[in-house]
Amino acid sequence: MLRAAAAADQLAILALARADSLPAFASDGVLSSSEVFSQQLVTGLSNGMIIALIAIGYTMVYGIVELINFAHGDLCMLGAFFALTAVGAFALEGAGGAGGTAGLVALLLATAAFCGALNWSINRLAYRPLRSASKLSLLVSAIGASFVLVNLGLFWGGLPMEVFAGGTSAAAPKAFPALVEPKPAFTVGDVIVSRPDVLVLAVTVPLMLALTWLVRFTKLGKAMRAVAQNPTAASLMGIDVERVIGATFFIGGALGGFATVVYSIYNQTVGFQMGYRMGMDAFIAAVLGGIGNLPGAVLGGLVIGVVRAMSDGYVEARWTNAIVFGLLILILVFRPSGLLGAKLREKV
Amino acid sequence: MAAARRNPWVPVAGLAALAAWPLVEPALPASLQVGEPLTEVFIYAILALGLNVLTGFTGLLNLGVAAFAAIGAYAYSIATCEVYPFQLGFWPALAVTGAIGALAGFALGAPTLRVRGDYLAIVTLGFGEIVKDVLVNLDAITKGTQGINPLPPPSLLGTPLEARGQYWLYLGFVVATFVGVRALERSRVGRAWISIREDELASRAMGIRPDRAKMLAFATCAALAALSGALLVSRLSSSGEPSNYGFEVSIIALCIVIVGGIGSVRGTLLGAFVMVGMNSIVLVRLTEVLGSGAEGMAAAAPAADAGMLAHAWHFVRTWAHNVLLTPTNWKFLLFGLALVLMMVFRPQGILPPRAVHEDPPQPVPPGSEGVRA
Repeated sequence: MLRAAAAADQLAILALARADSLPAFASDGVLSSSEVFSQQLVTGLSNGMIIALIAIGYTMVYGIVELINFAHGDLCMLGAFFALTAVGAFALEGAGGAGGTAGLVALLLATAAFCGALNWSINRLAYRPLRSASKLSLLVSAIGASFVLVNLGLFWGGLPMEVFAGGTSAAAPKAFPALVEPKPAFTVGDVIVSRPDVLVLAVTVPLMLALTWLVRFTKLGKAMRAVAQNPTAASLMGIDVERVIGATFFIGGALGGFATVVYSIYNQTVGFQMGYRMGMDAFIAAVLGGIGNLPGAVLGGLVIGVVRAMSDGYVEARWTNAIVFGLLILILVFRPSGLLGAKLREKV
Repeated sequence: MAAARRNPWVPVAGLAALAAWPLVEPALPASLQVGEPLTEVFIYAILALGLNVLTGFTGLLNLGVAAFAAIGAYAYSIATCEVYPFQLGFWPALAVTGAIGALAGFALGAPTLRVRGDYLAIVTLGFGEIVKDVLVNLDAITKGTQGINPLPPPSLLGTPLEARGQYWLYLGFVVATFVGVRALERSRVGRAWISIREDELASRAMGIRPDRAKMLAFATCAALAALSGALLVSRLSSSGEPSNYGFEVSIIALCIVIVGGIGSVRGTLLGAFVMVGMNSIVLVRLTEVLGSGAEGMAAAAPAADAGMLAHAWHFVRTWAHNVLLTPTNWKFLLFGLALVLMMVFRPQGILPPRAVHEDPPQPVPPGSEGVRA
């Protein structure tokens, strides 16, 4: 108990933890409170890595066209429906061993391709015609696109397929099968790291490394950085700006696709309204880290994931959203451009 | 559209038609009786006119304006409902609500003055979520999802008003808000707002104090939003549940402002008719028409039997029955498509404001100016 409190001091948010809720949470007598803390930390970090992957999609798009892509969370929601449909159509559930692993990899790749292509198309249809319009118009167009995607998710959920529980209610949340069983993979001390936790790490870390490599060392990455800095100058240097923007949308969407499969396996439920929550968490993570900044998005995702888990464990789940948003506001008021963000230029 | 901007009789004729509507309405067929949704248009119009002060004039993007409406709605409910000790009348409660709304505007505006551009948008969005969650979680005070009720109806000179009287009263509020906001726009503070939107540094050099002007814009926006919340709950006689004041409401208000023509008072008013009219009148009517058609189709369709084609037909029919044939399920699709198409083909809105200078107006949140030429 004391140890947990001492550890809690490191996270300012835990000042809000109610002392009387701690014994209640550990009342089953199996876990000591420091183990509860560590376990919540593992859950938080796993969710944080997923959020970070989605946040990268926000932050890349913002960095290059200065648009808060409101449709990004709902894009991930459609990706989850795509994945669930594929699981049903190819009977991926319960296929163990090498076949199961191959199926999972194929599912990840297919969903990423789907989300990437969809994001590319949204850019093409809803954002590209607005390049010269004001940024507010672009934002409204993104909000419109988000509404359209939510509605498509509702239609998709109404398909009379068995994975959707026969489509009895289009709006009802659907159960996503545990493609990776939630069993312990290994333990560190007394803290259990489950197999889905391992899956999260196995998917997110290589992708983040690959993205870093792409942005830093490839020609496309160089072009992306150039367009983000100054599109006019970039086009004068012979860079096809629209192609680079399209590629950015594709990559951001594809990362969202990977993330949404892992998210669905980890949280085991899919619904047409999940995009709002996913998008909001990722968006906050991107802003928290400093929007437009890739390492910032990862840091922000981890912070959001851990704060959420701690708030669920130590305060009360119903206050979690308010705490996350409160933290966001505090950080922005005292550090207006995010944790790692560059200072916004003043207009001169 | 161009004629509408020049001809001074268009607004007068529109107002006269709206004022005469309750007298004409009983003579019309049921499908044209839209007095009830029109009152909703009026409430949204007041909310959007308030938002236009902050986002349109001053260029500060607010994605959480519903929070101010919620604060107004609950302030009014607590001030008037019989289970609380205050039990004010309609007009004193409105005054209290407006004051509380303005204070809430100051409370959000003051600490966020240094937060700029898109960051401000996300702070306001977070504020909206926090207010909603607090209202849900403090159910000892707000009665949670039950809502606070019953509330006294709107009254005038001590007489409670029924539906038709409320319609006229609310129309009066819209007209008063419209005239007030127009006057503000041309006043010293209004011109300060617009100059801050155009160039904060230059207006500072001209002796304008941007912090003070921004706080005033926040307070005005919040007071009007609170007023709209109070009018809403007083008509429904219940505060409703906190989720009624969520992100969707903020977004609809923002869309009204932008579709109408950001920064344009007239455009905002027109936008309220277009957006809320589409949402509460056109879609609802469409639902009724298509709903009766759907029943016929479900009855007439053949039963499924073996064979690929029959199987596919059964699949599609079940799908249609599950989700497609309920037109309210199409609401977001139509709403979203309308927004995207509007932005692609007329990004400046239906009735854009008169240009401050030669270039078409491009209200950009300060501090996040575009990099493209």
